[in-house]
Amino acid sequence: MQDPSTGPLATQATSSFTEHLQRSRPELLPFSQSLPAGMVPSSPHATTIVALTYAGGVLMAGDRRATMGNVIASRHIEKVFPADEYSVLGIAGTAGLAIDITRLFQVELEHYEKIEGTLLSLVGKANRLGAMIRGNLPMAMQGMAVIPLFAGFDQVSGVGRLFSYDVTGGRYEEQEHHSVGSGSVFARGALKKLWKPNLSEEAAVAVAVEALYDAADDDSATGGPDPVRQLWPVVYTVNRAGNRRVPERDLAAIAGAIVESRAIAGREA
Amino acid sequence: MTQQFYVSPEQLMKDRADFARKGIARGRSVVVISCADGIALIAENPSPSLHKIGEIYDKIAFAAVGKYNEFESLRQAGVRYADVRGYSYDREDVTARGLASVYAQSLGAVFTAEQKPFEVELAVAEVGLAQEQDHLYRLTFDGSIADENGFVVMGGLADQISDVVSGAWEPELSLAGAMRLALRALAADKEADALPSTAVEAAVLYRGSESHRGSRRAFRRLLPEDMTLLLAEEA
Repeated sequence: MQDPSTGPLATQATSSFTEHLQRSRPELLPFSQSLPAGMVPSSPHATTIVALTYAGGVLMAGDRRATMGNVIASRHIEKVFPADEYSVLGIAGTAGLAIDITRLFQVELEHYEKIEGTLLSLVGKANRLGAMIRGNLPMAMQGMAVIPLFAGFDQVSGVGRLFSYDVTGGRYEEQEHHSVGSGSVFARGALKKLWKPNLSEEAAVAVAVEALYDAADDDSATGGPDPVRQLWPVVYTVNRAGNRRVPERDLAAIAGAIVESRAIAGREA
Repeated sequence: MTQQFYVSPEQLMKDRADFARKGIARGRSVVVISCADGIALIAENPSPSLHKIGEIYDKIAFAAVGKYNEFESLRQAGVRYADVRGYSYDREDVTARGLASVYAQSLGAVFTAEQKPFEVELAVAEVGLAQEQDHLYRLTFDGSIADENGFVVMGGLADQISDVVSGAWEPELSLAGAMRLALRALAADKEADALPSTAVEAAVLYRGSESHRGSRRAFRRLLPEDMTLLLAEEA
């Protein structure tokens, strides 16, 4: 615990958990190491994330595969997480770092809320995430990039908003829909055809699952629905009531319907 | 060079303790009650923004009486301690006992080493899955720590209020019942039978928040309108 005598505490006071760690426990930050020269051994990479807006909110979905070169490192990995009550983030890139950055970001938002007694604004949250990705730039230059996608419900304007990032921490607000990761090109193509304004929540979940299906069809690093192991994408919706994870059985039904309709069509794509 | 007068350690500690006690006795009181639905925290506090009760972690809350700047710095230090611990180990590894012992060490160090002791008294509460697993710790200005059973009363009129609470407290109390008891107890020195819900700051640590409320964070601040609804429930 910090020295509680008021003098030093007043000057050290910060509402940011990351800043607190930088000062007192820098070894706990996922991105503060300086690496020696050389190649980083192959490590698991997280792949495709899609996000789209719908009437009254925004949703994010991620497939369940992590790859290490040509090997499937995990079939069960989850890459979409709730950041706080009104926002979610998905991650692509080096899985080990990405999961720790997610954890740090979750604590960062909760810490601010507890210290200040109020939630950060949605853009404030998005900027904090950008600062963390910029903090990871030295690691990215060693080949361990982390690219998140951030979505949340803006309680002031009453709409769902989407933010994408580049490897330098640049933050860009996206309209309608976006995707990141190795299968993002194919998912984006699908989203352009499937997304419509004012989708209902159920229709939006189906669009996200179908976009991931198309990504898995063409990208070997993205996993499709797996009826053998009963694995479906992870989907979170965010609206005025907060975030909600779409239940497995709904996703099983949606994925089943997509596979069935494609089988009936019997076409190449 | 000026020579300092000799003051015996007994006298020095006694003076400091009297000083801290006087500071605390001036303040309004706080009641923490363990009940069937969770742990209720109620403070007599006319300000809606300068809180005496705060969230520390998933299942842990903090309540204080005394000087605002001193307990606020302790609350923030507690949030930092809990968040660093939960981040570096796991969320389950943050316990009220660990936090209370760190608070005890900080308060004890300030009491003996600093110019003046902290004029605060703290309660650290942790809600368990069953009522027997609830933990209530009370910490005083000199770093003494006490493991309380059922309820904690702190502040200027602690003895009077404590008499009222201990007379009516039972483990089966509902949340509304605990709130009513606290409002009645906090009015011990006043003309009224019970304080109005606008004169207090209230919060609750819900038991089983994962299954009932879908959140691992058990703490919730009760706004005046929540209090009105709650108190309208059948006794």
